[in-house]
Amino acid sequence: MVDFVWLVPFLPLIGGVVLMVFGSRIGEPRAGWLATLVTATSFLVTVAVYFDLLGMPSEERSHVVTLFQWIPVGALQIDFALLADPLSITMALFVTGIGSLIHLYAIGYMHGDPKFSKFFLYLNLFVFSMLMLVLGENLLVTFLGWEGVGACSYFLISFWHTRNSAAVAGKKAFVTNRIGDWGVMTAMFVAFSAVGSVSYKAINDAAHEGAMSQTAISAIAILLFVGACGKSAQLPLYFWLPDAMEGPTPVSALIHAATMVTAGVFLMTRVGPVLAESYGWVPDTIAIVGAATALFAASIAVAQHDIKRVLAYSTVSQLGFMFLAIGSGAYVAAIFHMVTHAFFKALLFLGSGSVIHGMHHEQDMRKMGALRTAMPVTAFTFIIGWLAIAGVPPFAGFWSKDEILLYVYADNRLLYAIGMLAALLTAYYMTRQVIMVFFGEARWHDAASEHGAHGDFRPHESPKVMLIPLMVLAVLSVVGGAMQLPFSKDLHFLEHWLEPVVEEAERSISGTWAYDNKYVLLLAAIVVAAAGIALALAVYARRRLPAIEPKALENAWWYDATVARLVGGPGAATFRGITRFDSQVVDGAVNGAAALARGVGSQVRRSQSGFVRAYAVILSLGTVVLLAWFVWRGWLAS
Amino acid sequence: MQMIRDNNWVLSVGTFLPMLGVIALLVTPKANEAAIKMVALLTSVATVIIGIFTLVNFDFDQAGAMQFVAQTDWIPVIKSTYFIGVDGISLPLYLLSMVVTLLVVIYSLDHIPSPGNPKAFFILMLILQTGMAGTFIAQDLILFFVFFELVLLPMYFMIGVWGGEQRQYASLKFFLYTMFGSALMLVAFLAIFFKTGAESFAIPYLVENGGGIAKNVQVWIFAGMFIGFAVKVPMFPFHTWLPDAHTQAPTQGSVILAAILLKLGTYGFVRIAIPTLPDAAIEWAPWIGGLAVVGIIYGAFGCLAQTDMKRLIAFSSVAHMGFVMLGISTLTSFGVNAAVFGMVAHGLITGMLFFIAGSVKERYHTLEIAKLGGMLTQVPRLGWILGLCSMASLGLPGLAGFWGEFPAILSAYNPADGLNVSVYRTYMVIAALGTVFAAAYLLWLYQRTAFGTPKGHDHHDVHDVTTYEWVAWLPLLVAIVAFGVVPNLLFGVIDPAVQETLRAFGG
Repeated sequence: MVDFVWLVPFLPLIGGVVLMVFGSRIGEPRAGWLATLVTATSFLVTVAVYFDLLGMPSEERSHVVTLFQWIPVGALQIDFALLADPLSITMALFVTGIGSLIHLYAIGYMHGDPKFSKFFLYLNLFVFSMLMLVLGENLLVTFLGWEGVGACSYFLISFWHTRNSAAVAGKKAFVTNRIGDWGVMTAMFVAFSAVGSVSYKAINDAAHEGAMSQTAISAIAILLFVGACGKSAQLPLYFWLPDAMEGPTPVSALIHAATMVTAGVFLMTRVGPVLAESYGWVPDTIAIVGAATALFAASIAVAQHDIKRVLAYSTVSQLGFMFLAIGSGAYVAAIFHMVTHAFFKALLFLGSGSVIHGMHHEQDMRKMGALRTAMPVTAFTFIIGWLAIAGVPPFAGFWSKDEILLYVYADNRLLYAIGMLAALLTAYYMTRQVIMVFFGEARWHDAASEHGAHGDFRPHESPKVMLIPLMVLAVLSVVGGAMQLPFSKDLHFLEHWLEPVVEEAERSISGTWAYDNKYVLLLAAIVVAAAGIALALAVYARRRLPAIEPKALENAWWYDATVARLVGGPGAATFRGITRFDSQVVDGAVNGAAALARGVGSQVRRSQSGFVRAYAVILSLGTVVLLAWFVWRGWLAS
Repeated sequence: MQMIRDNNWVLSVGTFLPMLGVIALLVTPKANEAAIKMVALLTSVATVIIGIFTLVNFDFDQAGAMQFVAQTDWIPVIKSTYFIGVDGISLPLYLLSMVVTLLVVIYSLDHIPSPGNPKAFFILMLILQTGMAGTFIAQDLILFFVFFELVLLPMYFMIGVWGGEQRQYASLKFFLYTMFGSALMLVAFLAIFFKTGAESFAIPYLVENGGGIAKNVQVWIFAGMFIGFAVKVPMFPFHTWLPDAHTQAPTQGSVILAAILLKLGTYGFVRIAIPTLPDAAIEWAPWIGGLAVVGIIYGAFGCLAQTDMKRLIAFSSVAHMGFVMLGISTLTSFGVNAAVFGMVAHGLITGMLFFIAGSVKERYHTLEIAKLGGMLTQVPRLGWILGLCSMASLGLPGLAGFWGEFPAILSAYNPADGLNVSVYRTYMVIAALGTVFAAAYLLWLYQRTAFGTPKGHDHHDVHDVTTYEWVAWLPLLVAIVAFGVVPNLLFGVIDPAVQETLRAFGG
């Protein structure tokens, strides 16, 4: 079965191509069902491949399937090849699995949209690109997917492009990502000249066996991390992600929460051995950037009013946790958190989409409240997502976040403290959101006049096609932690499964204080989560404490505005300056040369006056000069 | 170099067939437009058929060898011969010129620019085709020069007669600038001829013997060729004729200019300047690479400040040709492979972008970016095609543009022996940054033209892609995707020829 792994990306590609050609003829809702069906089939194939791999001895669970010779130019020999191993299949499982659910959900969410089939075309192409990214055997195939998801993300963010904000957000996302892609590209160049190949296996082996210099290893690692910062929205390149919420909500859930933004974490795990062999400051940088992003984004999330922007900053923050894990050598924990995060964040986004749908496209939480009665299923599943992300046991997020913090404690206690603070804020802002949306008083009566066309405005529950994915994801958010429970080595299923991929890089913490006292840390995490929730309850439910939502946080520390001002001010001035320079100096020289030629020509032309007497004078003058010269020479020679 | 002389009539027929069409057009009455269009169409279809015959009979296992070689006396008094042939470098460009001409003719069936007169228009186009095809097959410097110059005049008239408001200025500038370059190029050709013993103008002969010229002399000869080719490419700072020419030229002129004419310069570097003067090439390469990198960034910055869609696309050519020249300047097989791929890719993509610009102008009667918008709403297919081409132009992997840029930048990491590695690595880092700016200006263009809401152009001119346009564009679009997915289709042909060409540099 593993030889058929190419079917996994191929099926969504077929779906995309069919929709590209016949999309408008297939129409709603069949285009949506078709797209969902191919993704679901792709999921089934992935499951089959998974069981196939599971049946093999763990050291044989790595299969390269070469489709064709891609570029054989001189020494540059790169195959179009896929790699099926525990890491890529884990990624493929949740990309196709969650992808199918979100496709299904989108059939309901996009109902009535004039570009219904085009939406599913992009979604299918996205899934295809994402699968190429994770299944790539070498950096170039991954890069194909990497840029492909970027392009699909661009078209999907700007899907409602008649809104100016959506049109701008797409461009912003793509261009910011390109800054990161510069890193990936350059990393490939370094890898190719150091190793002579861009295949992961060759690069990792060369790093592990010391076949390339530590400088080259570190350069590859840090450049790939630059790429990861772009795609996974880390400081300083995070600022495209909140704006990406302009896209339809299923897009936010699929691309900007569950799958694409985790590509950076995946890439780091894929080249784990390179990271492990690089200079110490490389993993340190990754951990610091991760921790800083986790705290920074969490602090912004506490003062946002848009239901989706809270979740967006939360995603940035959770991705920070994953990079914190990578930097601390906890690859399994990073992947663990990536998977559980995909469950509960997709759930939360889809839940918010259901709210937005039911509220007739209202996204401001200040105009919501008490929605639990109007939309009971959405509220119930959203609350499960909240408990999972807030770190309440036994929900999925608790176990994965705890696993990360355990490793971080063993690595660096300051970063651990930052992580705990970010976890506290996470519990706080998520509780705030749940209260503002589902509890308290109904504030949408005031807003009803804005939606006057609907007469008596009543939020409504979403259709079944949207609720079923919510329920499935809710179940996964409850039980997802079972993949990797801390109590006994036998319960580390994910670790055993990923072991062949991460064994060279994974840090061992057994014997550290943290490992011996992991139940203490577990308890500390519970206390922190409880404190965050209690604080938010006191502020937003009981109103015992005033809400702290300063402008600085609401405006995201003015980071975005500063960047925008720099690009719009000095940046634009530079571009205009170059154009002026071009027309006045570079082209001025050309026109100047032409003018000079014309000027000289017109002066010279005057000598051709046509007056015979003038010619005679010039002629005789010339004769005199010539004669004088000859005489002069003769005199000199004598 | 190995010569294969089978079927040696093919290239001559393919190159001069358009001239037959010109004669036929001359005797067709001016009033009979349908007949004129039919003659032009049939001629270019016949040319492409000959092109396909060439492709089919090309021996791909020996793509490094000159094939279909024909050589006869031409001007014995100056030892110039009629010497033609194609290898893996010429073949794609030779065929591209035929296909693009056909597509432009098809497009013109429905879009004769004002002030009309299809007869003269098609005659010029067919002469142009002979000149372009001839340049790519000429293996003798004088023959090359004749074809190279033959291109100039029809394009001059095309811009000067069918152009925009400032057509006089633009066409004259184009003509004089290129002539200036050509004059120096001709001097260089004569110099290399005399310095190799005044034996022959044949390129293979000069490749054998050019290396024997003293290095300081080579450097001066190279300078002449450099000016001639660099103006044509155009490289920074010789590029200022290009935006004017493109902005003023009719759509057909812009397409041919972008798709083929610019490649005559880069092709000249690859075919003539570098192999015949290897020592000078080593000396010049870092400067060429430097100008190329400046062009990449400069062109991109220029694009970001343009207000006219066509001018923006023209400026982007400066940046894209910078990647091509960077690849060439590394003097490595990667670099030159990338460069030749880049020439074809740029021809397809930028040719397509100019087609789109022409169609936008026809529908909206303006190319001012500020006055456009909402194409995806009003003309969704056209908007979609623009999106695809923008993505291709910014170098998205999976589309053709990527394979011109990526290996070119990669090649700068390890330039040929004798070149300064740290200089080239700096070039690499800066050139890679150019891809960021490329995304910025193309997506800015796309946001302003395709996204948003239509700005009150509700008249009947605004319609989606027509049948003629589909027929003219589909081959280009298919090629953009096909070469992007399977780049080996091109690399497989180019690579052996590049290895052969760069023998003086150890591959």
